[in-house]
Amino acid sequence: MIGKLIYGLFFQLGQWVLWMNHAFSRPEKLKVYWRETVRQMNELGVGSLPVVIIISVFFGAVTTVQFYYQISGTFVPNYYIGYIVRDMTIIELAPTFTCMLLAGKVGSNIATEIGGMRQKEIIDAMEVMGVNTAAFLVLPRLVAAVFMIPLLVILAAAISILGGYFASVWGHLFTSSEFLQGLHSFFIPYNVYIMLVKAVTFAFLLTTISAYQGYFVKSGSIELGRASTNAVVLSDVAILVADYIIAILMT
Amino acid sequence: MIRAVDIKKSFGDKEVLRGISSEFYKGKTNLIIGRSGAGKTVLLKILVGLFRPDEGAVWYENQCFFDLSKKETQQLRMKIGMLFQGGALFDSWNVEENIRFPLDMYTNLTLGEKKKRVAEVLEKVELSGVEPKYPSELSGGMQKRVGIARAIVLNPQYLFCDEPNSGLDPKTAIVIDKLIQDITRHYNITTVINTHDMNSVMEIGDNILLLKDGLVAWQGNKEQIITSNDDTILEFIFASPFLKRLRKKALGL
Repeated sequence: MIGKLIYGLFFQLGQWVLWMNHAFSRPEKLKVYWRETVRQMNELGVGSLPVVIIISVFFGAVTTVQFYYQISGTFVPNYYIGYIVRDMTIIELAPTFTCMLLAGKVGSNIATEIGGMRQKEIIDAMEVMGVNTAAFLVLPRLVAAVFMIPLLVILAAAISILGGYFASVWGHLFTSSEFLQGLHSFFIPYNVYIMLVKAVTFAFLLTTISAYQGYFVKSGSIELGRASTNAVVLSDVAILVADYIIAILMT
Repeated sequence: MIRAVDIKKSFGDKEVLRGISSEFYKGKTNLIIGRSGAGKTVLLKILVGLFRPDEGAVWYENQCFFDLSKKETQQLRMKIGMLFQGGALFDSWNVEENIRFPLDMYTNLTLGEKKKRVAEVLEKVELSGVEPKYPSELSGGMQKRVGIARAIVLNPQYLFCDEPNSGLDPKTAIVIDKLIQDITRHYNITTVINTHDMNSVMEIGDNILLLKDGLVAWQGNKEQIITSNDDTILEFIFASPFLKRLRKKALGL
């Protein structure tokens, strides 16, 4: 059972690497790829804005309230909460949780869309036309994700910090000047770099894993549902593993 | 002309094609028929290069498909148009974008020229004016016609149709058949159709290939079916006792 699982894992990994190699080919016609990339940027970036904003506000607010609960009554000054919320948001919450959220929204969408194209023979139709389908289906989505997801992560970080600020001020936990003092304290610009590295890495993982799951889907709605679920689960696992590796390498 | 030479293909233990050899002629509608699971779609997908046979070769005129370089394959593919069972249209693109796709990929025409070409092929399939519509706004028959329009937009020399009549009412099916036959004759192209619609066989069957148990069981044209004494083809075409009686009556048997 375990042996079969490990074999399956390595088989999938090998197939994913080979497929990616095929996907990174020179586009047949840049103009067509660019048009598709712009469409994906709109769908992936603009389409994800509302959910990212809502989630980020609450990330920041909940983090602030819970740290206040742990710190209040101790000798740690209140302004530390602003500092902790800022760094937690930048280093971990914004990139990791936003990308895990996007794996659910964008990843499942990519797997279902490409899987549907496989089942409706659209991929076969493109292959008969001579199109490199792996490249055509992956590259525009990948470029769109690598550009748009870091922007969404930056926005998520800003909104999350804003959420923390409003939670502390409107909740009368501590003063706005204490929060702002925390925000200005011990700032290390390198952390923003870590955030962006994470965002780009996670964008790459969630896009390619989800596209791969959709591309090799078999016939039937159950298979399509399974591909969508696998896309989300495997993307999330890959994001967490990559998060750990980046944390070790960069901190 | 397309020539299949001793094509064999298995999936696991199951031998689907056990040595198919045949010719598909230019300017004619070549039909591949057979019961479900006879290997029609597999043969069609081998002919267009979507599957690679375990053994055998496919010749397009004097070019062996599977021996071509990447560039030569690309050039050959530009001469191939294919209509899929469900139309295989991009849901998120409108009719114009769907038909324009091969032009966008492989030509340097201006947008105006491409639009003109799209209008031309839509007129050919009698669907003028539907350019802004999305596939979901079209009926099954209209989607097939858009699929045909996309398949012929690059002026192909070879047209393949996978079950073009599936899911259509008999009247619309005949319209699609006639359309494919007109296009075949008008452009003098080699058309290969995979079907199990007996109306199509008797309407447009210039060259018919019956597959059974992974082999060619019968080959001929629609006229030869009527006068044939071959039980294999007769059992397949006149499957119902009523049709058998009708045929005997017509022939005075």
